[in-house]
Amino acid sequence: MALKKRLIPVLFLKNGLLVRSENFSMHQFLGNPINQVERYSSWGADELIYIDISPEGQYDLRRDDMKVKNAPTLDEIITEISKKCFMPLTFGGRIRTLEDIMRRTKLGADKVTMNTAALERPGFITEASDVFGSQCIILSIDVKKNADGVYEVYGGSGKRPTGKDPVKWAKEGEKLGAGEIFLNSIDRDGTREGYDIELVRKVSEAVKIPVIACGGAGEFCDFVSVIKEGKADAAAAGNIFNFTELSTIMAKKYMHQNGVNVRI
Amino acid sequence: MQIVNKDNHMHGKIAVVDYGMGNAQSVLNAVESLGEEAIHTNKKSELGKATHIILPGVGAFPTAMANLKKLGLVEFLTEEVVDRKKPFLGLCLGMQLVARKGHEVEDTDGLGWIDAEVKRFQVENQGLKVPHVGWNDVECDTGAKLFKGVKRKTQTFYFVHSYYMECADKKEVCGWCDYGIRFAAAMEKENIMATQFHPEKSQQDGLDLIRRFVDYNGEVGTDGS
Repeated sequence: MALKKRLIPVLFLKNGLLVRSENFSMHQFLGNPINQVERYSSWGADELIYIDISPEGQYDLRRDDMKVKNAPTLDEIITEISKKCFMPLTFGGRIRTLEDIMRRTKLGADKVTMNTAALERPGFITEASDVFGSQCIILSIDVKKNADGVYEVYGGSGKRPTGKDPVKWAKEGEKLGAGEIFLNSIDRDGTREGYDIELVRKVSEAVKIPVIACGGAGEFCDFVSVIKEGKADAAAAGNIFNFTELSTIMAKKYMHQNGVNVRI
Repeated sequence: MQIVNKDNHMHGKIAVVDYGMGNAQSVLNAVESLGEEAIHTNKKSELGKATHIILPGVGAFPTAMANLKKLGLVEFLTEEVVDRKKPFLGLCLGMQLVARKGHEVEDTDGLGWIDAEVKRFQVENQGLKVPHVGWNDVECDTGAKLFKGVKRKTQTFYFVHSYYMECADKKEVCGWCDYGIRFAAAMEKENIMATQFHPEKSQQDGLDLIRRFVDYNGEVGTDGS
């Protein structure tokens, strides 16, 4: 029967605080990520993914003109979370060098995601997986349908079209040594309209490595369809788990009842 | 000397071996979250004073054995664990190292405490990827110390590995997992215990297993287990 399908909460961090995102543009602050850890930990989630979407060069939390005071640093966040989370932890965002990866794994991350850095220099995927092992390196791919209605990979936090086809890029990432693909639909992000099943399926069927689908989850049945019809190995969701009445425990029960091989 | 507190748990001094292989911090965090004292060390004086020894490990078998040799820990740990019967828990690579021999990169002698060989998964022809990464079911022997009192015979744990241990004496295997082939997910021989999966990454089931290890005070049961 082999490996379980996974349900993974995704938490977005901006300037050290949790945010809710919609279409990669609207960001609403939700609070201190360290305070939220107990909640996710108590749910016994399969994994946790943290993505740092802070804009480049604006990360100095010691500046007085920052609106939010007392936000933790990235190092503090990773250290405190690892103390309380006994499940695989992934930290992504702003990873440019091997040193960035080393820093996060030393503090407690099991895996990292890379997006823009890999687009700018695909060889970085190989360098990273040679040093840390492919199981540590997740290639994050953000996708939007362009003006011609064709799926296109976007870099720079969803702002820069790359001209790349997500299926081809995912296959290349696999060949270069990525252990998993984190596939994000910019169009569906925050809409709760459901995953982009067509996109997820196209990518999942093209690669042998696990695909984690993200973007659009609104109801528990979305998790079932992205795995059954989308062929994803894991369903990830950000916004939906911000509401405590929709916990991963309830979601997994639903998935299990609907024939998905999840850990319960 | 272990103390039984009001909460009915054994409390001791747990030493997590520091031999440069992988991230021991998660293991330390897990042990400490149970309210136990844990130290990360390769000093013989500290390992000798510990009531329990955990050998974690991520990385390659030959490198791990070379590191243990350089630290003078091969004979020392053998004395502590095999002769003095100190409770020992090997995790992931730490499980594989107790075997007689490993075949990763080149044939290397392991600690030799268990008659077993460490082999690579050959399951690609079944459409399965190596390494084996993710949550998988383990059929547990509820008579074993590692699984004493568990409510469900099948538990799910988190795995990350390309090699597995093939034990000569199947009775020493107390947990079985399937990944293309049936392999030993957990083993136990008196005070020597080990898991191929990462209990420190397996949520409550994993923490409970570590708890059961800490609760074992080294006494041999009347059934000789």
